[in-house]
Amino acid sequence: MEGTATATGFEPRITAFVCNWCTYTGADLAGTSRLQMAANTRIVRLPCTGRIDPAFVIKAFERGADGVIVSGCHPADCHYTAGNYHARRRFAVLRELLSFMGVDERRVTFSWVSASEGAKWRDVVNGAVERVRECGPFESYRALAGGV
Amino acid sequence: MARIGVFVCHCGENIGRTVDCHAVAEALGQVPGVAHAVDYKYMCSDPGQQLIKAAIAEKQLTGVVVAACSPHMHEKTFRRAASSAGLNPFTCEMANVREHCSWIHEDRASATAKAIDLSRMMVEKVKRNVPLSTIRIPVTRRALVIGGGIAGIQAALDIADGGAEVVLVEKAPSIGGHMSQLSETFPTLDCSQCILTPRMVEVYQHPRIRLMSWSEVESVEGYIGNFKVTIRKKARGVDEDKCNGCGACTRACPNKRIPSEFDCGLGKRPAIYVPFPQAVPNLPVVDRARCTLLIARSKGKKDACMKCVEACQRGAIDFEQKDRFVTEEVGAIVVATGYQLYEIGRDQGGRKDLHGYGEYGYGTIPDVIDGMQFERLASASGPTAGRILRPSDGREPRTIVFLQCVGSRDPAKGIEYCSKICCMYVAKHAMLYRHKENGGRAVVFYMDIRAAGKGYDEFTRRAIEEEGAEYVRGRVSRMYRDGDVIKVVGFDTLGGEPFGVDADMVVLATAMRPQPGIESLAQKLSVSYDRHGFINEAHPKLRPVETNTAGVFVAGACQAPRDIPDSVSMASATASKVLGLFSNEMLEREPTVARVDAAICAGCFHCERVCPYGAVTHMEVKDRQGNVLKVVADVNPGVCQGCGTCVATCPSKSVELQGFTDEQVWAQIQAFLG
Amino acid sequence: MKVAYFPGCSMHGTSREYGESLHAVAEPLGVELDEVRDWNCCGASSAHASSRMLAVALPARSLALAEAQGHEQLLAPCAACYNRLAGARHEIAEDAELAGHVKRILARPFENRVAVLNAVEVLRDLGETIKAKATSPLKGLKVACYYGCLLVRPAAVTRFDDPEDPSSMEAVVKACGAEPVAWRMRLECCGGGFSLSRKPSVVRLGRAILEDARKAGADAIAVACPMCHSNLDFRQKAMARDGEDKPPMPIVFITQVVGLALGIAPEKLGMQRHFVSTKRVTSRGNGEATAPAAEVG
Repeated sequence: MEGTATATGFEPRITAFVCNWCTYTGADLAGTSRLQMAANTRIVRLPCTGRIDPAFVIKAFERGADGVIVSGCHPADCHYTAGNYHARRRFAVLRELLSFMGVDERRVTFSWVSASEGAKWRDVVNGAVERVRECGPFESYRALAGGV
Repeated sequence: MARIGVFVCHCGENIGRTVDCHAVAEALGQVPGVAHAVDYKYMCSDPGQQLIKAAIAEKQLTGVVVAACSPHMHEKTFRRAASSAGLNPFTCEMANVREHCSWIHEDRASATAKAIDLSRMMVEKVKRNVPLSTIRIPVTRRALVIGGGIAGIQAALDIADGGAEVVLVEKAPSIGGHMSQLSETFPTLDCSQCILTPRMVEVYQHPRIRLMSWSEVESVEGYIGNFKVTIRKKARGVDEDKCNGCGACTRACPNKRIPSEFDCGLGKRPAIYVPFPQAVPNLPVVDRARCTLLIARSKGKKDACMKCVEACQRGAIDFEQKDRFVTEEVGAIVVATGYQLYEIGRDQGGRKDLHGYGEYGYGTIPDVIDGMQFERLASASGPTAGRILRPSDGREPRTIVFLQCVGSRDPAKGIEYCSKICCMYVAKHAMLYRHKENGGRAVVFYMDIRAAGKGYDEFTRRAIEEEGAEYVRGRVSRMYRDGDVIKVVGFDTLGGEPFGVDADMVVLATAMRPQPGIESLAQKLSVSYDRHGFINEAHPKLRPVETNTAGVFVAGACQAPRDIPDSVSMASATASKVLGLFSNEMLEREPTVARVDAAICAGCFHCERVCPYGAVTHMEVKDRQGNVLKVVADVNPGVCQGCGTCVATCPSKSVELQGFTDEQVWAQIQAFLG
Repeated sequence: MKVAYFPGCSMHGTSREYGESLHAVAEPLGVELDEVRDWNCCGASSAHASSRMLAVALPARSLALAEAQGHEQLLAPCAACYNRLAGARHEIAEDAELAGHVKRILARPFENRVAVLNAVEVLRDLGETIKAKATSPLKGLKVACYYGCLLVRPAAVTRFDDPEDPSSMEAVVKACGAEPVAWRMRLECCGGGFSLSRKPSVVRLGRAILEDARKAGADAIAVACPMCHSNLDFRQKAMARDGEDKPPMPIVFITQVVGLALGIAPEKLGMQRHFVSTKRVTSRGNGEATAPAAEVG
């Protein structure tokens, strides 16, 4: 999508990093259930939240994302037994780092969405879009990152 | 230069209604590296697939992106098509423009824009895909079965009958497990040993089953198809090759007052013993802690007793024997370690939260017994030859009170689950007692009757309606001895009043728990277990006998409370899984596994610590002279399941997950955001 | 150990001897009792029967005061005080909304940090010390340990012992060299606060307790609750059936048992304050009963 600020107002661009087994499948379920939601997110599918490098989140902001969603299996439900626990610890640290860097925490959404929670996925997406919309475009970070 | 083909599917109207598929194809055609972009009504149809195959050949495509439904739906289909046209299947990817786009958006413009983004992201990923080949690993067609109860016996027999070799390890002196202790089995009341003993003999005689009783699994290495298991053969004190099972030693042993484990303490056994007459193998074992000679030796005194040695005509008694270790190579493992009963009012192997029911007087009032002890009393081969007699004075009880749910279904006592079999065996006990003791009174305290199963509800109803068992809905708060009787103080919650009984005997239906030591076994096998120690199945509905470790299966009561039919069904299911695994000479695995770049790896082994599968090993990097330069991490592709946790953890970025490399993810981010 | 001490109304009133004996044993056992300054009623009986908020906020105030005094543990020897304080602590810990409300009511800092202990629990944990310092072990004294209803229940609140089959008091009695008897009325109700309003009920319930203790061969009943004590001690004469001539059953506080074993003089332990003579107990220790024990009144 070109241009973040359109005539009709600001449309945030949000990258979603999700695990293959729970959240991706949950998002599939939202589709098969025809649950309407904001069209601002683009999903990057990974096997497990354990695979999601915090650098992905930072890279997304650097590239001009206005918001990021990270979502995987609920604790104890990880397809790979423990990947989401590692992710949880990692993102607890990342959240601190981002807030230290001055990133409004409304721009980052962490959630657990299981394969049966299509409706929850819709709420996560809509909630994230709503919060990022309040924050406005995230040009400042992009500029800070070197005006890529 | 990449030559990517993009194929946009309308999915009839499913995608086409909201996404302008033609516009998507046109837009993608402009992306550098895209050599071909078309849209079509049904890509998954035969003509659709033909379209892809033809384009691969015609345009010499190096990669394919199908913008259609979820990859969970058709990734296999399109990869197969790409593969049949000569492309590496792993250079074909799907952009999900149906579930994640057309079905969840109404606005055509923004949906189309999103579909273009999603397709472009995939194009950028595919540009960086490398051909991967399916991982092939050899399979050792031999199985290890841990536990020789009914589940282990059934699994071993089914696997061996299917043509594979089986090593059956049992920690007790004999196979047979708890089932061999039972009197009759519900709901048909057929004699437990009569149906079990032939199976035990069959195991013993089976040419493809190697039985190791009095043995335990010491350590497990390797992965599916290639496990290396070390088994500790505990010192029996008897030479297995020389002994012919005549029993002269057990008769000669003067120390015959040891409580028998098999009879739950109600009978006695000597210090050298065969646990029960039908034991398989029929070999005695020396109780090292109770043997007069060994006790004397451990105190540095001279040999006090040689009675068994003198009695054995074959010179089979061997006090010098030590534990031995044998290593077995197997391709699959079945865990069938079964259960133990809740220890009433006593320490539960370190589980402080499970200490409970001291108020029932078990262990202090001799005529308060548990369900398994009642089985031994009712069993024709038991200490009373099948007569139900009070342990205290050998009198026939005129009133027996049965308490259900002792330990089970009480979160305050640490166990919230239902032990499943108690409703049935209590009804059986009440019936057996009423059959044996004319006019005897059987009172059952219950919380609910849970008798779901073929012929089960009929069975409990029969106990109540035809066999005259008195069922009282309620709990017992306390029991105490008053002269010759046990005062049982309870509450009838249907009548809404206190309900007391003077009982001659009380039988507690105690909860089922996994065997002690299950946690350490599970850790050796890297399978997960719940907070009670029950082994977790891979999926509660669809993969009930697999575990989270490939090649390790689970059967019987070590997974959850199970009755005999359940355990046997599970065991046969594991056998079918094992035989299915063994039907291949080589195993095929998806190549989306982690790979270490030994050149950059600094050997910090953070990856090893986060790997849930123990797939990371240490590898020595040597120079030409064979000197070790450094030790780096190495991923065993047979064990790696491809979660990628190691990749995100690696500080030097020397691990990559094939198919999901950092470069590929960066490219997707950039394709969307620019 | 140093703990906050919550005497409650009874340690200064009906159970003076409980307080006296507690103080008497505390010193040799190395327990420093720091009375909560400006403590208030725990709210037992009346508050928790009338208002949940009052029932929680009253004990919370005393807990807040103990906290302000820098304590992490609070000893409430009265079983009812213990039950109310521990109960309030539990409810506040479980319910964030309630916690917020209570804080507003208290209008003082309150983190709900103070753990609530009872005398039995403290003495049980000091078992080894008692054994080591018992200069007059109570050899041959058979004691029926009576828990009553408030000490170990509800299980989620008290947590220091098995609610159906406790063993702490027995452990203390054993540490004193005496012999706990096996009996069955240890956890039954004594009639509690109905001592005045429904005397016949208290008499009926208490009689069953006394009879069972006698049957078990007990020389005395040990209690850790002022209410249990007053019911069984004060109403004991009324519990005797007409024409019955059974030896009176001394009702002693667990702290008194410990005190005797430690060789403390009976009058320092308040042994003379009971209605039923405690001679059967005091004569076991080294210190012969020096003060005249009041006979059954």
